[in-house]
Amino acid sequence: MVDKIIIENLSLQYSDGVESLRDVSLNIREHAVTVLFGPAGGGKSTLLRCLNRLNDLTEVKASAGRIMIDGENVLDPKIDVIALRRKVGMVFARPVPLPMSIRENIIYGLELAGEKRRSKLDEAVERSLKLAAIWDEVKDRLNDPAIALSGGQQQRVCLARVLALQPEIILLDEPTSGLDPISTGKVEAALVELKKEYTIILVPHSVQQAGRTADYAAFFLQGELIEYGEGKSLFTAPKNKRTEDYITGRFG
Amino acid sequence: MKLSINRHLMQRLGFTGITLMAIATVTPIVAVVIYILIQGLPAISTEFLTGFPHDGMRAGGILPAIIGTLYLTIGTAIFSVPLGIAAAIYLSEYASDTPLTRTIRIAIINLAGIPSVVYGLFGLGLFVIFLKFGTSILAASMTLSIMTLPVIISTAEESLRSVPQGFRTVSISLGATRWQTIRRIVLKEALPGILTGVILGLERAAGETAPILFTGAAFFLPRLPGSPFDATMALPYHLFVISTQVPEMPIKIQYGTALVLLVFVLTMNLIATVIRSRARSKRQW
Amino acid sequence: MEKSLNWREFVITRLIQASGYSAIIFVALIFFFLLREGLPALAEVKPSELFNVRWYPIEDYFGILPLLTGSLIITLGAALIAVPFGIGTAVYISEIAPRWMREILKPLVELLGGLPSVVLGFLGILVLSPFIRVFLDLPTGLTALTGSILLGGIAVPTVVSVAEDALDAVPRAYREGAWALGATKWQTIWRVTLPAAKSGVLTAVMLGVGRAIGETMTVMMVTGNAPVLAIKLGSLFSPVRTMTATIAAEMGEVASGSTHYHVLFFIGMVLFLISLGVNIAASSVVFRAKKRAERILS
Repeated sequence: MVDKIIIENLSLQYSDGVESLRDVSLNIREHAVTVLFGPAGGGKSTLLRCLNRLNDLTEVKASAGRIMIDGENVLDPKIDVIALRRKVGMVFARPVPLPMSIRENIIYGLELAGEKRRSKLDEAVERSLKLAAIWDEVKDRLNDPAIALSGGQQQRVCLARVLALQPEIILLDEPTSGLDPISTGKVEAALVELKKEYTIILVPHSVQQAGRTADYAAFFLQGELIEYGEGKSLFTAPKNKRTEDYITGRFG
Repeated sequence: MKLSINRHLMQRLGFTGITLMAIATVTPIVAVVIYILIQGLPAISTEFLTGFPHDGMRAGGILPAIIGTLYLTIGTAIFSVPLGIAAAIYLSEYASDTPLTRTIRIAIINLAGIPSVVYGLFGLGLFVIFLKFGTSILAASMTLSIMTLPVIISTAEESLRSVPQGFRTVSISLGATRWQTIRRIVLKEALPGILTGVILGLERAAGETAPILFTGAAFFLPRLPGSPFDATMALPYHLFVISTQVPEMPIKIQYGTALVLLVFVLTMNLIATVIRSRARSKRQW
Repeated sequence: MEKSLNWREFVITRLIQASGYSAIIFVALIFFFLLREGLPALAEVKPSELFNVRWYPIEDYFGILPLLTGSLIITLGAALIAVPFGIGTAVYISEIAPRWMREILKPLVELLGGLPSVVLGFLGILVLSPFIRVFLDLPTGLTALTGSILLGGIAVPTVVSVAEDALDAVPRAYREGAWALGATKWQTIWRVTLPAAKSGVLTAVMLGVGRAIGETMTVMMVTGNAPVLAIKLGSLFSPVRTMTATIAAEMGEVASGSTHYHVLFFIGMVLFLISLGVNIAASSVVFRAKKRAERILS
């Protein structure tokens, strides 16, 4: 088991003064599901957005530290951010289908990269929709607008959209927060399959989801990493009192 | 109980009063259009629409004025549309809240408020005299474009801003550059709204007289304009002159000219409205 | 910073930025040209003569006061019509009208806004002016009143659309709160909704007034064009001349570079500054209201 991502002393402060991350150091194992959990404001989403440099779009006042992915510091202004975002894909909390057909949604990223061959695009559509466990439901209506699908289906299409680019790392920020239990189950089952080939970082919307899916878990509180450990042991026997208090629901 | 009867009576009276006010505001609009239609229709004929004027404008057709207005509208579009949309894209997608951006916005508000005759003066000073374009379609179009710019910029910016932010975030996260995001998603979705604003802006330009008075309009030209450096006849200017400065001008011809101008303008209005409502129903967000 | 290896993206970005700055460039350009051709008037005509009551350029009388008062009285008259009718119609559309009525009215008002001013002036000459002459028993129907009525009609669509937007933007919660306390719809409009939309409505009025001051063709066609000092109430019923009409009427006949030419540009500069003032006032009203709202909500 290799460390895919090495986060060293990451600190970040937004321009409105809110200190979002404080000296976080964390290693993410590849081919596993690492869960970042904790109460709101803990810095989990911020950390995700650092990994694919989405924070470039927001007003960040100060940041420090390094994030090494495959030996390269991705926070370095000189790296190819476009290539990074193809390598590190993200699924957001609310499904955001682009205003186009299902098929066009999936191939959007590939077309951006310059892929024009019809055969390659069609193959990518089928492959990624199968990986996202939704191929059978939409294969006969690929040209329908994506907005016509249900919430759970839309979210899986968003997952397929990311998978079409064949990333190495997949970030999911509360991906099932608006979904019903059945759709949630489908997404979680897909993650179990996907982790064999990809590195997955998940911010769950409940501690229960964290417990169900985590191979490794990291507890965040107000921008600091409090505890990190293997999923099985952290949820049954947390070492830190604050972790235990949160898991057992004494605060939240 | 007396109190509540009073309040409801007040409401009744108030509502009736306001409703009458609204009717009073709207009725003249309808009346104007219908009246011009009735009075002007007798003048409309193939000859009127495709022929040249004779007898000092008192007979014949108004083709050169129609063509002139068409040229001016196209000329205005050429200069104001690309510039206006680009400026709107800048304000919506690139600019952050800095003093410079706020100054740009104040500048746009000011451009919108400048009286049309002052634009005419400016056009005279800059395009006709200083740049030596002379009284020409070019000078008039450029003057009209600066006047139309604020309308296009503000409606286009509003249209761009209404596109949900989530699309941009998703697009960037899939490896798009900012311009790719704008071209493939934002601009595409905002296009109907932008188009509506453009058409409404051009509609206003087509009906304006003061900016073209000293910059491009002529009353009588024997031929259609052959180059952008020629002066031209135009419907609004033509109507102005024949209704105030030509003695013994047949009323029928005046109303006919007014009707043609009205139809020109109202058609643009109709097209814009249709585009707007069709886009609303086809929206995928 | 996004690293763009694509230089095409770089060029496009720069072009877009330049377009953004263009508005400032144009305003500056306009101001510069007005200044360039208008300031010489101050040198060529003594200020005491400039701010005099006699406008008769043929004999070198360049007193612009009659023109100022002409513009003022017509704008005032237009405002007296446009404000109540404009706000009233906006209230009707936003608060009282049923949905289907709203869908008819809004496009109609927008249509009025699109009518060319020369068409309204034309109807003013042929229809309104004779009517006023007969109805009020005046020597001529080309009066300040005629101009005010037409200008009011021209300003109304601006007032209606901006005011209606402002009323629409008032959160539903405000109205529902008032109803919950037992207020009638009418009371809610006047005591809750309208005050909440105060800054937007004020902006609407200012923009409408700005439109009226700047109108040229309509006033040139129906106000009689007599440069007489208009300060009595009776002035409303006699011909006047506005600054805008003066420029439009006389610019075609002046020699480029003559004193008359410079004075007309000077008047143009005055108009530019007036509209600048109105617009800055209008946007500062909105700005201050936004700041107040931010403070309350934070």
